[in-house]
This record gives sequence, C-alpha cells and structure tokens, in this order.
Amino acid sequence: MTLDPDVASSDETPNLFTRRRSRVLTGRRGLAAATLSSVLVFGALFAVLFTTSGGATLRADFFSPHQMWLAWTGDPRLGLLAIRDGIFTNIWMFLLSEALVLALGLAIAWIRITQSSVLLPFRIMATAYTDTFRGVPLLLVVMMVGYGLPILNFGFLSRQSPAVYGVMALTLTYSSYVAEVIRAGIFSVPNGQLLAARSLGLTQASTMRLVILPQAIRTVIPPLLNDFISLQKDTALVSILGAVEVTRAAQIFQSTVFNESGLVVAALFFLILTIPMTRYTDHLMARDRARRLVGS
Amino acid sequence: MSDIVLELNSVVKRFGENEVLRGVSLQLHRHEVVCLIGASGSGKSTLLRCANLLETIDAGSISLFGQPLQDKRIDPDLVRRHIGMVFQSFNLFPHLSVLENILLGPVNALKRKREDVNEEAMELLERIGLRARANDFPDRLSGGQQQRVAIVRSLAMKPSLLLLDEVTSALDPTLVGEVLDLLRDLAHSGTTMLIATHEMNFARDVAHQVAYLEAGVLVEQGTPASIFSHPQHEATRKFLERVS
Repeated sequence: MTLDPDVASSDETPNLFTRRRSRVLTGRRGLAAATLSSVLVFGALFAVLFTTSGGATLRADFFSPHQMWLAWTGDPRLGLLAIRDGIFTNIWMFLLSEALVLALGLAIAWIRITQSSVLLPFRIMATAYTDTFRGVPLLLVVMMVGYGLPILNFGFLSRQSPAVYGVMALTLTYSSYVAEVIRAGIFSVPNGQLLAARSLGLTQASTMRLVILPQAIRTVIPPLLNDFISLQKDTALVSILGAVEVTRAAQIFQSTVFNESGLVVAALFFLILTIPMTRYTDHLMARDRARRLVGS
Repeated sequence: MSDIVLELNSVVKRFGENEVLRGVSLQLHRHEVVCLIGASGSGKSTLLRCANLLETIDAGSISLFGQPLQDKRIDPDLVRRHIGMVFQSFNLFPHLSVLENILLGPVNALKRKREDVNEEAMELLERIGLRARANDFPDRLSGGQQQRVAIVRSLAMKPSLLLLDEVTSALDPTLVGEVLDLLRDLAHSGTTMLIATHEMNFARDVAHQVAYLEAGVLVEQGTPASIFSHPQHEATRKFLERVS
C-alpha cells in the first residue's frame, strides 16, 4: 500500500513556544498578584459601603445590629414574631418532607421502571405525576393544598395546620424531582450488573434491592442533596399560608418596622442551614469525579 | 442418553430483522467441556444467554436435564440457580466486598445460612489464592483476579453447568494464563462447561468437543483433533487460518 507522503505526515518542525504575552503566574509571584488584586477589589467595595451616604443607608436598612436583634427576639407589644421561634418550624418541615420525599420518590421511580403489563395503569399515573409536579410552580401547589384542603371538608385532612399543608406541598413537588433523579441513577448502573445478578438466580426484586439500587443511590447522592438544599430553602414559601416560620416572622417585622434587617436575619438562617450541605455536596462530587478519573 | 445436561434443538433467535441464531442444535453431557469458537458476532454469546434464559428464543427448544425450558411452568430463576454464568467484563458487584460477592447468590437466591456458606466461600477463595483479599472491594483487584473471583462466585451456587462467555477477552495478555489455568482445573475435576472462546490453544487442550459457529449457524462440531487438524468445511478451515 502506498500513501502520498504529504498526506501521511508533515516534515516541518513545529514551534511550540507560546505567542501570547501573559503567562499564568505561578509560585510567589502568583501569590503576590492574587493578594494585591483581592485587596484592591474588596477594599473598593468596603470603601463604598462605609464612606458614601448610600452605603450608610444600606447598612442602616439591611444590616442594623439593633434591628436584627429585635427581629430575632421579637416583641409582643409591637406584634412582632420572633424569628428564633420560627426556626424549628422550618427545620421540622424540611426534615419530615425530606423523609417523605425519599420514600415517595423511590416508590415512583420503581413503578416507572417496572415492565409488568399488569402495572401499566400505575406506570401511567407515575409518569403523569412526575410531569405535573415538575411543571407546576411550587408556590401554586402550596396555595392549592393550603387553601384548598381546608375548605374541602375531607375530615382529618382538612383540619391540619399550615405547616402540615406546607409539608404536603413540598413532598408532592419534590417527590417528582427526586423520582427522576433516582430513575436516572438506576439507568446509570451498567446492564452487566443486572445480567450477573439474574444469572445467580436472584429474583427481579432481589436484584433491584441488593445490586441495582445500592449502586444507583451512590451515584445520585450529590444531585439528591442538591434537591434537598432547594427544599430547605423552599420551606420559606409556606409563609404565605400563615405558618409561623422564619420568613413569615421576618416579613411581619419588615412591614411593621419598615426595616429590612429582619429579612437579612432570615437569609442568614437559611445560609447557615444550607452552606454546610452545599460544601458537603461539592466535596462528594469532587470525590466522585476523582474516582471516575482514576477508573478510566 | 440419560447424562445429557443441556440440549439445544434448532434454536432460532432474532433481534428485530437480524437473525442471530439460525437453527442451532447442540448437546452437552455431564462432565463434558464444549468450546464454541467463531468470529465476534457469530452468535456465541447469544447462544449462552439463551441457554440460561437471559434471552427468550424465537423458535426451537432448549432443555435442561430433559425439562423443556420453554414450558410456561418453568421458573427462570430456578433454572439460573443451576447454571453458572461468567462474563467477558467480570461484572463483579462493585459495592460489595469479594466475600460478599460470593455470598450473595447462595444467601439470597438459595436462602442458605450465611455462616454455612461463609466457610465454603473462603475455601473457594483459598483455591484461587485470594483468601487474604476476601474483604477487599473488586476495584482493588487486577482483571485476572476479578475474573477468577467471578468464576468462583458462580461456583458457590454449586451449578450443574457453567457458561463462560469469552472470559479472557477483556484481560491484559499477561493475566489470561491465570484464568485459563483455573478453567483447566475445573475441567479436570469434571465441571460441565460450555465455553465461548477465542483461545484456540486452550480449546484444543481442554475441550471434549469444539463447535464452530458462523453467522448464527453451527457449521461443524467434533473433537478438537478433528476440528483443528481436519476441518470438514471450507468456512471452518478459513476461520482457523485467520486466527492462527
């Protein structure tokens, strides 16, 4: 076989030195550059915040320590709810929702991947469910459940507190997200795992429980935690039903005192709640990525 | 004959338009080793998968110990408990330790007590020289070690028959030997095996019967001596020339 030598390979010696002016700074010079640029940028920001009149207004409106403390402790004489009394409502709402979401999401994912013809109506319902609740804004679901159930006269279901309706709405919406995340995780397990498990004579259910799901859950932990972070924040939406939680207390404070510092306190509460989880999720994802790089 | 373990009769398997097996008939007797040879895509893997009902066949019949597997009353899970299968890509369970990989089938499919199986599992690991690695996870093992674990994982079920699907094809050439040595041991101790392989020397040494498949047709079958030295068909001769 003959090849045109020009096509096969070039005889020229290429020049590999960069033609760009700037190079990435490394070592001590890099550190010095990073320090200098940080001091300049953050210094400028603080200067604006602390020397201008606009900065002063901003600090008084959003970051007044006195107002923040008042919002935190509340004041019955002024009709102010305490933010610190609301935090447990948010916490039990998201803890309960997360447990329910995990169970319901798993059940829906499981139904959607079954193949039995008898289960077809359930598959249709599960698909309709995920389509619906992934598409409808959570705020609307909160209102439909929270305003709707009490007037329906469904006995026990119609006599719950706003926070319980909040948990129902959060569970309905987030189960649809989580079901899809888990389903994607199940599909990510290589088919050989299924073949190997079935070849050992394991039933379909045992294969799912002992071989497929443990691997699927491991891969979906980071996206699952992401959804849980969103869920924790979205407990704030339940405030429109009048549930006495952080956001509601902050909102009352804002509309009574006309100062935004209470909203900042509420924001800080959510940050303290979510940042550790965000960091942990990032850590898990980095570890997962490192492992996959080693594996390839 | 009463000692027929597995019998395929004019088995046809299609994937859509593609006919992968076109009327394959084959018998496997107790203590017999049959090697399936043939190019990739000739239907070897499909044949093995049909044999343990991982695939359903479109025509013909398969029987295990004289019982027709296409009968509606047959429980595929029971069938598979008597047939061990080992894959090209090992397919060990990455979330379980080596020992747990081996225990999974006996404990969960056969419902045997963990304490009872544990000792057997450790003996199997001893046999392949990996007793010390019992608590390691599969990704800590070399390819050859993983494949040997996969083989003893299927042996732990005490199967009547082993199906091996190109078990050395994914291995580094230096690791092929240790796996083939284990299979030789098994053959000498009378394990009934149906082996799809590209290792012609191994087939020549170990097989009682060699069957050549081409495009879903079992072209010819015979002893290794007759197939490798005096192939009757032009197609077999050409294939053997290409692989040697």
